[in-house]
Amino acid sequence: MNTQTKNAARDDRMISDTGRFKAVSTIVLALFTVMALLPILLIVIASFTDETTLLRDGYSFVPKLVSADAYVYMLQQGATILRAYGISVLVTLVGTVVSVLITTMIAYPMSRKNFRYRNVLSFFVFFTMLFNGGVVPSYMMWSQIFHIKNTIWALIIPNYLCGAFNIFLVRNYYANSIPDALIESAQIDGASELTIFFKIIFPLAVPTVATISLFTALTYWNDWVNALYYIQKPQYYGIQNLLIRIMNNIQYLKSGAASVAVGTGAVSLPSNAVRMAMAVIGILPIVMIYPFVQKYFVKGVVVGAVKG
Amino acid sequence: MSAPKKKVRVKYAKSGPLLLIAAPGIVYLLINNYIPMLGIFLAFKRFSYKKGIFGSAWSGLDNFRFLFQSKDAVLMTRNTLLYNLAFIVLGTIFAIAIAIMLNALGDSIRTKFFQSALLLPNLMSWVVIAYMVYAFLNADSGFVNNTIIRLLGGREIAWYMEKGYWPFILVFVFLWKNAGYQSIIYLASIAGIDKSIYEAASLDGASRWQQIGRITLPLLKPTVIILTLMAVGRIFFSDFGLFYQVPMNSGALYETTQTIDTYVYRGLMELNDVGMSAAAGLFQSVLGFIVVVTANALVRRFDGENVLF
Repeated sequence: MNTQTKNAARDDRMISDTGRFKAVSTIVLALFTVMALLPILLIVIASFTDETTLLRDGYSFVPKLVSADAYVYMLQQGATILRAYGISVLVTLVGTVVSVLITTMIAYPMSRKNFRYRNVLSFFVFFTMLFNGGVVPSYMMWSQIFHIKNTIWALIIPNYLCGAFNIFLVRNYYANSIPDALIESAQIDGASELTIFFKIIFPLAVPTVATISLFTALTYWNDWVNALYYIQKPQYYGIQNLLIRIMNNIQYLKSGAASVAVGTGAVSLPSNAVRMAMAVIGILPIVMIYPFVQKYFVKGVVVGAVKG
Repeated sequence: MSAPKKKVRVKYAKSGPLLLIAAPGIVYLLINNYIPMLGIFLAFKRFSYKKGIFGSAWSGLDNFRFLFQSKDAVLMTRNTLLYNLAFIVLGTIFAIAIAIMLNALGDSIRTKFFQSALLLPNLMSWVVIAYMVYAFLNADSGFVNNTIIRLLGGREIAWYMEKGYWPFILVFVFLWKNAGYQSIIYLASIAGIDKSIYEAASLDGASRWQQIGRITLPLLKPTVIILTLMAVGRIFFSDFGLFYQVPMNSGALYETTQTIDTYVYRGLMELNDVGMSAAAGLFQSVLGFIVVVTANALVRRFDGENVLF
């Protein structure tokens, strides 16, 4: 009897203890979540704020006057923005497709236990994680030997096309998830290595391909460093570098036609709002696809970190 | 009377076709990664664009002598190390705290929402993050000067001109972008802990805090050590975007925002001092190599399973 009540009391205490911990966790996490989202919210609200309100009150979460002028202006002066958007989309698509192809291909022999140069190849890839020549030799090579400056290739080829991290991610997936017997039986059926790779291995690797595609696409969409080094002609700017440019000089957005129209009642440039509107459309694709791809993202981080 | 040695003979596959499949990747890594390794000789040249990579005159150790005589070398190395130290310590603390709290909430829509929101900043480019910081800190139209300081009273601050604030700003921005992302790995480790341990402890009357202190944290130790060693392996490298883009490349802030990576960029692209830049880059590469090899050896000793690769 006595022990029973004692047990019940202890259970109560445990439950309230757990409950309290959950409540505290919820509150703290909610606070962190607000902090994570506020800056994003601020640029969205700022982009919808009336320009004179911005000039008077600064960027604010509760603007006195709301306006879509920034977006209207961007639609009117759309050529520059559209072009930059197009470049970003193109670079992201081409870069991701080529990168995934090269990465999944080099990872395949590394996963084959009966490949004679397996360890040599693995070390060849691994060593790139230990040592690098640095920015200066790399810059000199691309610009002085390959003459890549001010070409679209400068946005795609240097740095991101094939990296050790993704290679090992894919190699481990092959090694753990694709049974040797499958490859052997295909060989007995007379399939060549190329056929085996493209007809059997690659289709089976879809989950890991999804993950590295996501990582790679994100890298290309968010990259501005390659253009910082290799692009001086603004016509090759993607959205990120256009953002850098208009932070320094918002006038750059004005297309030729508009500058002629100055003084004829053309819309004046709501520069503070437009800046933020540009940032908003820069993150728009990411925010839109995020709910659908988050799963692969999380999976990739876990697999990449734990199993290397 | 020893048993006959078993000959383990691996029947190798034909190498040709497999090498062919690997070829594009091999060629890319040779060009993108290995040729620049050979290019480190640029640090020993007085580079001029007119004479080119091979035509420029050798200068021995001059570049290094000039670099280490300037106060830049000490400053950028100090900044790089101290920032990384702060990132490792605070990043780990926040990541673990977030992971423990997410885990406590169990599998619910609430958990999913929190995790999604906390991960979102990691997907933003440094350029966009710099815009967000600008929306808060810009002297004329920033939220902090216009709203917070106006409410609390006090003088407006020209944030992009005052270097003293930036160590705090940069650490905050780093945590904002990375804490949620880093918590993913810890959350996975916690999820891997045997539930029956907690049940037993709970039966013995251990409180939630005791369970964290006596079970969760000790069992996370291997993960913490490995991730920390991996971060230490990159302690001479900094995130270029954080230190270049977020302070808007403001010269007044160099003393607290200059890292080896921003120095190398500025030397190469802005000051046209290729030799010094190459010397700083080589300095970073060599130190980085030593540190990462040491860290990897430690991980291997600590836990053979989790060696980098």
